[in-house]
Amino acid sequence: MNSIAFLVISVLTLAAALAAATLRNLMHAALCLPLVLVGVASFFFLLGAEFVGLALVFIYVGAVAVLIVFTILLTRRGVEKDPGFHWMGVIIALAVFGGLTWSILQTHSLSIVPPHIRALTVRKIGETLMTGYVWPLQCVGLLLTAALIGALVLVMEEKR
Amino acid sequence: MTPTLQLFLIISAALFSIGLLAALTRRHAIFILIGIEMMLAAANLNFIAFWRFAPPPHPPTGVMIAIFSIAISAAEAAVGLAMVIAVYRHYRTTNVSQFDQLKG
Amino acid sequence: MSSALDQIFVHAKRWLLSWVAVAPSWVIQIASSLINIVAVLAVFLTLFALISVMERKILARMQNRYGPNRVGPFGLFQPVADGIKMLIKEDIVPARADKVVHFLAPVILAAVAILTLGVIPYGRNMTPFTIDGGILFFFAVGSTTELAVFMAGWASNNKFSMLGAMRAIAQMFSYELPLIIAVLPVVMVVGSLMPDRIVAAQGEYTLGIVPRWFVFTPWGFTAFLLFFISGLVESNRTPFDVPEGESEIVAGHMTEYSGFKYATFFMAEYLGMFAVSGLAVTMFLGGWHAPVRVLEVVPSYVWFFLKLSALLFVYIWLRATLPRIRVDQMMNVAWKFILPMAFTCVIAAAVWHYAGRGLRGWLWSLFVIVVVYSALSILLDTRRKFAPRVYRFAE
Repeated sequence: MNSIAFLVISVLTLAAALAAATLRNLMHAALCLPLVLVGVASFFFLLGAEFVGLALVFIYVGAVAVLIVFTILLTRRGVEKDPGFHWMGVIIALAVFGGLTWSILQTHSLSIVPPHIRALTVRKIGETLMTGYVWPLQCVGLLLTAALIGALVLVMEEKR
Repeated sequence: MTPTLQLFLIISAALFSIGLLAALTRRHAIFILIGIEMMLAAANLNFIAFWRFAPPPHPPTGVMIAIFSIAISAAEAAVGLAMVIAVYRHYRTTNVSQFDQLKG
Repeated sequence: MSSALDQIFVHAKRWLLSWVAVAPSWVIQIASSLINIVAVLAVFLTLFALISVMERKILARMQNRYGPNRVGPFGLFQPVADGIKMLIKEDIVPARADKVVHFLAPVILAAVAILTLGVIPYGRNMTPFTIDGGILFFFAVGSTTELAVFMAGWASNNKFSMLGAMRAIAQMFSYELPLIIAVLPVVMVVGSLMPDRIVAAQGEYTLGIVPRWFVFTPWGFTAFLLFFISGLVESNRTPFDVPEGESEIVAGHMTEYSGFKYATFFMAEYLGMFAVSGLAVTMFLGGWHAPVRVLEVVPSYVWFFLKLSALLFVYIWLRATLPRIRVDQMMNVAWKFILPMAFTCVIAAAVWHYAGRGLRGWLWSLFVIVVVYSALSILLDTRRKFAPRVYRFAE
């Protein structure tokens, strides 16, 4: 059961990722990104990290994907036909994939089955965030504020 | 065939290289950002896979890093898209091969 | 005896599952989930049909006229007539519209609305799916609505649709934040994201008479009002129905949809309304608990649906009474008033908890809320004169 779910999710995710990377129609490609992210969130559910999966769907699909499609909408005048296919990019991507896969397969200590693990409850995540990771939490808050103000400043029109 | 750690890592590597493909072959600035988002998602998948397959005791480090990584990448996507809009206002195009002057 | 009536659906499901008890465990899991799904769909689609006719009748009575009263007794079979009409209408897709996205948008919207109905506790032991982060699941899935609305508006290849979709998304995500922050005090006080635990935390009665629902605390009442208003906006209901304003942009993002797809949009909007009201009942109004301890003989799901119906009646009442609110007024109030008040609720809930949860805590949190409310009312006084309005468009 586990392996059927894994197979289905991985096929869907990789197919959607390929669609997002290569489709000519801008909107279709941009709408495949939420599909990829939902696939990755399903992987997280399979691996037992439900909170992270839900946070991913919430943040990425609910906000970042909408932002991306909005920006594509607002910047539509500059769309031209892509001049042909860039073989260099494909070769580099295939080389990276080949290199990574080779090194993964060479490391035999990684061919292990999932051990029995205690379920990570949201309460445990909250406790860890507030005790061990409180400094990163505050820094991320500061960073998000800075990003918010920065993005607003970048997009605001100058007053005449 | 229960999925081993190697299988998860290979899937994550595949997603990473597809994101790299998108970032390298696309000419539209926003699609480069989409490629970057896919690469970040692949890296998060890597972290969570390693957390899951860890020997006891299982510290929640992988999950914590993934949570912070998601938050930071959302901020980076927002700022990146703001920059794309600002550059579009100047150049009237989003084709990155036409961004060739540093003077405003 | 009352407990048997209360758990009648749980026993029915167990009896049904006993028919497949010899199968491997994954088959039992799938069968159990399927029974839950079928039950939720059956109940809520019937409720949707009922509400669509009750809304028209209540609106009509409030406007001093009869509603639909031709089909069946008191017009109660009107949904059947509406359904037949929608099904036999010709399905028109614009020639230059994007066929795939045009088809998928109402499907995704309806699917997302039904998904959110799966985590709400409808009675004692009657939650369809218990997830550890149930509330987060509700909001994560609910925020996908915006993407579906955008798909609908863009795929129609129609400027009115695109404009309606952009307005709808701007409205929805600016009220998304108050929606979530209004829920935060409840999660903080209960200490869990599971709706079951939140309902269980509201189960006691002070002096056996007054229930300890969160709506009876000052922060809970304010948070309930903010959540209710934000829920109104999220479902695009009047007075916040700018996205589907009939006199302005025809039907907004739903302009180019006809027949069954329009009915699907309609259904998705109502199901979203049910989901948000169901969550409001769960978090603030005590879920399936009875108001008074002696009335606990009445089954729990009856109380849940009574409370849900009361909230839906208020939704319909607001639609009958209030005119449409202007887009910029709505955004103004979201960012400048509702969001600060939502943050104040979080602080007031913390004050309530740390001042002991009794009368002292109640009075201190009331003080915090009243101070912030008065400060905001003075700061946002709109009777001052403003400079001439400047419109900004993206080129």
